[in-house]
Amino acid sequence: MLDVAPFIPFFLAALLGLFLRGWARAALFIAVPVLGLANLWQLGAGGSGVEFGHYAILDFNLLLFKADRLSLLFGYLFHIAALISVIYALHVRDTLQQVASMLYAGSALGAVFAGDLLTLFIFWELLALTSVFLVWARRSGRAYAAGLRYFTLHILSGLLLLAGIIFYSQTHNTLAFGEIGLDDNAYSWMIFLAFGIKCAFPFFHGWLTDAYPESTPTGTVFLSAFTTKVAVYALARTFPGTELLVYIGATMACFPIFYAVIENDLRRVLAYSLINQLGFMVVGIGIGTSLAINGAVAHAFNDVIFKGLLFMSMGAVLHVTGKINGSELGGLYKKMPKTTVLCIVGAASISAFPLFSGFVSKSMVMSAAIKNGYDGVWLILLFASAGVFHHAGIKIPYFAFFAHDAKLPAREPPVNMLIAMSIAAALCLVIGIYPQALYSLLPYSMSYTPYDVTHVLTQLQLLFFSALAFVWLNLRHLYPPELPSVNLDVDWIYRRLVPDAMRALFERLFALDNRLRSATLSGVERLVDGIASHHRAEGVMARNWLTGSMVAGVVLLLGIYLVLGWL
Amino acid sequence: MSADKQDFFDNPDNIRKMLRVFYAICALLFAADFVIHRHTEFRWEGLPGFYPMYGFVGCVILVFAAKWMRTFLMRPEDYYDKRALTDFDCTDSGESTSLKATGKGNGGHDHA
Repeated sequence: MLDVAPFIPFFLAALLGLFLRGWARAALFIAVPVLGLANLWQLGAGGSGVEFGHYAILDFNLLLFKADRLSLLFGYLFHIAALISVIYALHVRDTLQQVASMLYAGSALGAVFAGDLLTLFIFWELLALTSVFLVWARRSGRAYAAGLRYFTLHILSGLLLLAGIIFYSQTHNTLAFGEIGLDDNAYSWMIFLAFGIKCAFPFFHGWLTDAYPESTPTGTVFLSAFTTKVAVYALARTFPGTELLVYIGATMACFPIFYAVIENDLRRVLAYSLINQLGFMVVGIGIGTSLAINGAVAHAFNDVIFKGLLFMSMGAVLHVTGKINGSELGGLYKKMPKTTVLCIVGAASISAFPLFSGFVSKSMVMSAAIKNGYDGVWLILLFASAGVFHHAGIKIPYFAFFAHDAKLPAREPPVNMLIAMSIAAALCLVIGIYPQALYSLLPYSMSYTPYDVTHVLTQLQLLFFSALAFVWLNLRHLYPPELPSVNLDVDWIYRRLVPDAMRALFERLFALDNRLRSATLSGVERLVDGIASHHRAEGVMARNWLTGSMVAGVVLLLGIYLVLGWL
Repeated sequence: MSADKQDFFDNPDNIRKMLRVFYAICALLFAADFVIHRHTEFRWEGLPGFYPMYGFVGCVILVFAAKWMRTFLMRPEDYYDKRALTDFDCTDSGESTSLKATGKGNGGHDHA
C-alpha cells in the first residue's frame, strides 16, 4: 500500500483550492480531513513505530513521517479540528483564507509527524508563514500590524529552534526528535525557549492575545487549534518531567484569568483562557508521570474542541452582528437561541462540568499534581479552575447572549457554522459521557475513573459556589462592568515602551546631531570668514605695497646673502 | 435552557425563581459535605465546605483583584491606535517621525 504522509493531501488540496470554486472546493476541503483521518487510522493500525519517507538534505538523513501513540493522537485531533474548522468556514469566499488555512493545518500535521528536528523546523516555520495570512485576512490596519508582530515573534522562535538544533546536532551527532531535557547546555535552553514562545509562556504570550482576536471570525478558529498544540506536543516529546514547566504552567493557568475578567473583546477573553488551559497541559508535561502526560495530552485534545466551539460561537456573533465587545453585546439569546445553547455546551466543557469533556481530562492533571506532592501548584490549579468557569463559563455566554438586551439586529449564523458547532458540541458531550473512547488513544495505558462520588461532588461544589460568587457580585453591582478599553499586557513593551524609548533615543540623537552639525558649520564659517577677512579690501593680503618698502625688502634679502657669503 | 421562549429572561419573576432553585442547589451541595464521606489526599481538603468556600472566596478575590488591576492597566480603547495619530501631530521638527507609524496610520492626517 502507498504510504502518504498526512500533510501531503492538505498541501495538494490547498494547491487545487487556488483553481476551484464553490461546491467543488467545498467538497474537496471536506474530503481531505475525512480521508486523511482514515489514512492515518490505517497507518496507526500498523502499530507503534511506523516510519517512512526518508530523504536527505546535504548530509542529513531526514524522516518525513514517524508515528507513535503520542503523535497519532495529535494527528487524529488535528484532522478532526481541520474538518470542523473547514465546515465552519465553508461560506467564506476568500481564496487566500481558504488556501492558507489548508496549508496551515497541513503544516501542523507535518510538524507532529516529523521524524527529526530539521523536518520539525521546516514545518515550524511553515506554521508561522501560513498562519499569519489568517490574521492578515481580516484586511484591517490593526490586523496588519498585529500580524506583523505575530510573525516577528514566530520567526524569532524558529530561529532559536534552528540555532538550538545546530548546536544539538554538533554535540549529539543526531537530529532525532526525542527527549532532550533541560540542562546547562545552551542548545537545550534555545529549543526550550523556541517551544515556549509558541506555547505562549508568560512574557512570550503577547502574540496570542494580540493577534488571535484580530483575525477573521473563521481564521481565529483555525488559529486556536494548531499552533499552541503543536508546541504542547513538542514539549511533551522533548521536555517531559522538566520541573520548571510545572511552575511555568501554574503561572500560565493563573495570571490570564485576571485579564479575562476585565477584558472587553470577548474573543480576547477566550485568547486569555486559551493560555489558562495551556497552563494545565504544561503543568502535566512538567510533572511527567504517565498519568500527568496522559492528562496533558487528553486536555489538549479536549481543549481544541471546546475552545474551538467557544471561538466558533463568538465568531458567529461577530459574523452576524459585526460586534464582539462585551460592552456592545447582550440579549442575543432571543435571536440566536441555537448558537446560545452551543456556546453554553462549550462553556460547560471548558469549566469541566461533569458529563462534559473538560471534566475527564483536567482532573487527571489535578490528580497527578497532588499525587506528586505539588500542593501549592494544586491549589493554584484549583483556583484557576474556579476562575476559568468565572470568565469563560459564565462571562462569555452571559455578556454575549444575556445581560442587558443591546437590541442588535441578529439572526442565526449560516447553517454550515451551526453544523460545525454542533459537531464540536457533540464531541464535547461524547467524550464527557464516554471518556474511555479518548482514554484508549492516550500514550500510556492506565486505569483512571473520573466519575466517582468525591470527584463529581467536589467539582460541582467548586463550580456552583463560583457561580454563586458571580451572582452575588452581580446583584450587588460589584462586578466590573464591561468597558470599552484596552488593558496593558506584555505586548505593551514592544508596542509602546520600546518604540517610545527608541523615539526618545532618536530624538536625543537627532538633537545631538543637529548641535554638532551647527557647531561644525559655524566653526567652518568662522574659519572661512577669518581667512576671507585677510583677502578682502583692507585685508593684509589685499593691501597695496609701497615701492620703497619693496626696495627695503630686497636690500634686506641681499644683506642676508652678503652675511651668508661672508660666513 | 428554555431559550426558545422569547422573553423568558425578561420577566423578573422567572429570574427570581431560577435564582431560588440555584440557591437551593448550592445549599444542598454544601450540606452534602456533612453527609457524604469523600476520600481526600490534601490536608485541608477534608475540611467540610473546603471546595465551596474555596470557589466562592477565590472568585470574589479574583474579581476584586481584577478590578484593582484596572486602576493601572486600563487605557482608552484607541490607546495603541492613537500612536499613529500623535505621530502625525508631532512632525514639527521637519524630521519624518511619521515613518515610525507602524503601518497603522490609516488616515491620520485629518486629525491635525
